[in-house]
Amino acid sequence: MRKMTKIEIITRPEKLEALKEGMNKIGVTGMTVSQVLGYGLQKGHREVYRGTEYNVNLVPKVKVEIVVCEVPVESVIETAKTVCRTGNVGDGKIFVYGIDNAVRIRTGEEGDSAILDPADIHKLK
Amino acid sequence: MTKRLSSLASFSLALLAALPTALAAEAAPAKIDTGDTAFVLISAALVLLMTPALALFYGGMCRTKNVLSTIMQSFFIIGIISVQWVLFGYSLAFGPDISHFVGSLEWIGLNGVGNSPNADYAATIPHSAFMIFQGMFAVITPALITGAFAERMKFSAFAVFTVVWATLVYDPVAHWVWGVGGWLREMGVLDFAGGTVVHIISGVSGLVIALMIGKRKGYGSEVMLPHHLPMTVLGAGLLWFGWFGFNAGSALGANEIASNAFVVTHVSAAAATVSWVLAEWLMHGKPTVLGAASGCIAGLVSITPAAGFVSPLSAVAIGLLGGVICYLSVSVVKAKLGYDDSLDAFGVHGVGGAWGALATGLFASKAVNEAGADGLFFGNAAQFTNQVIGVAASCLFAAVMTFVIIKIMGLVMDLRVSEAQEMQGLDLSEHGERGYSYQDLVTGSPVSFAALESQPVPATKTSMA
Repeated sequence: MRKMTKIEIITRPEKLEALKEGMNKIGVTGMTVSQVLGYGLQKGHREVYRGTEYNVNLVPKVKVEIVVCEVPVESVIETAKTVCRTGNVGDGKIFVYGIDNAVRIRTGEEGDSAILDPADIHKLK
Repeated sequence: MTKRLSSLASFSLALLAALPTALAAEAAPAKIDTGDTAFVLISAALVLLMTPALALFYGGMCRTKNVLSTIMQSFFIIGIISVQWVLFGYSLAFGPDISHFVGSLEWIGLNGVGNSPNADYAATIPHSAFMIFQGMFAVITPALITGAFAERMKFSAFAVFTVVWATLVYDPVAHWVWGVGGWLREMGVLDFAGGTVVHIISGVSGLVIALMIGKRKGYGSEVMLPHHLPMTVLGAGLLWFGWFGFNAGSALGANEIASNAFVVTHVSAAAATVSWVLAEWLMHGKPTVLGAASGCIAGLVSITPAAGFVSPLSAVAIGLLGGVICYLSVSVVKAKLGYDDSLDAFGVHGVGGAWGALATGLFASKAVNEAGADGLFFGNAAQFTNQVIGVAASCLFAAVMTFVIIKIMGLVMDLRVSEAQEMQGLDLSEHGERGYSYQDLVTGSPVSFAALESQPVPATKTSMA
């Protein structure tokens, strides 16, 4: 089984489309996207209701999870850095994890063949 | 001779002309005017719509977990108070006077309240039309109070309080101001559509309950945001619409006074929408949507007692000031004093109602309504004094009575839900329902489902609800 890596990108919701396109270009064929809330250096904003002001700390972000084997981790990170960067606080974070195993539920395939696009399966052989 | 004849002829003509009028005055009680009746019945339907509108207005402002409990309080009042009204509420408010204080029980169960007019209240419409129009006012008044104790009051306590309060507070005060023989009415206090009867007493009672049952858990330290402002705006829009029935309908006829009330109602709501938004914009840097929705309600409340007695230009002043006064009461005064009037029943209805009642004493003009009075700005300071007495008496009575009712209820039942129930939200803990389930994962199985009862117990299931 070849080494698999999960890359987790937390970034601005408005960058999701660009990120998806960038990933497609370098051969990433799937991703899992969640809407998440969080804060870091970006501390949120102020809201006013009937003259009462609130500091709202949690900022909406998207979390994109990608597992790769063929595609080099470095190019995923490079692409994500390029498309998600605005230069302001709140651009987000990228986390990289090693993966022990993967299973495709439909076929029972395990390991790298579980995450490979079936159309590309001949490349493996 | 000719001269004499002609003068005689004109005299008899005048007599003839006067005769039908005199007769009409006597016969009037039995004469139903179809236009007036149609108008008052439609107005009653418009006022009814205000209570579900209030449910949406309040519902949008509370948190997701309490939306149903808040809506339910207003909606259930339509049921419970309509029944109370027919059984004895109407009789207590409008029945034959007892000591200028309350109506007698002579009209209990609408006994004697038929479909022929009652000339004391409205000579051109069926008595039943007047009764049901007034019934819609009796419904919305306790519903206004629910904004003060939203998100923490037990439903059972709420239901008991509502019936007792309607009987011991609303019905007598309605009698004082609108009932034949009522002491404030005899004193000359002007309240066209219920600034005192509806808004002051509901707002003040709300404040008293809010103080007595205490703040919501986490009030002042946690973020409590309105969960659905578009719902609140929809509610405000429907209230604005229904308020034409409330104010114009209070003319009890399709006439000049109704038209004047319609115009000034709209003008005041519009002016207060602008002034609340501007005030908030200046103080907090943003023109808010909740401010616009709240402003229109503040303007509607402010004009309510004055609607039949003031000119459109006075309505601009009443609305502009009403918006700012109510805004300051909910944003500055409430924060300073620290009470938790959840949805600002007091800040908007109590304060706006008091302002409107006093403004009636300033801006009322006989040029608008012969049957009214001149206010301070039209040279009659006594009217302003009358209005002050009306405001003070109703505030005092509502506060004392609510205090006593809640004190006694507190001895025999729980008023608040438990802390755990409050955390979970009243929708689930009090009503066993959720307002929104489209993004919740739900897991479980039907407990009782007739068609499945003969079959084995179904397995626990998870589904996207």
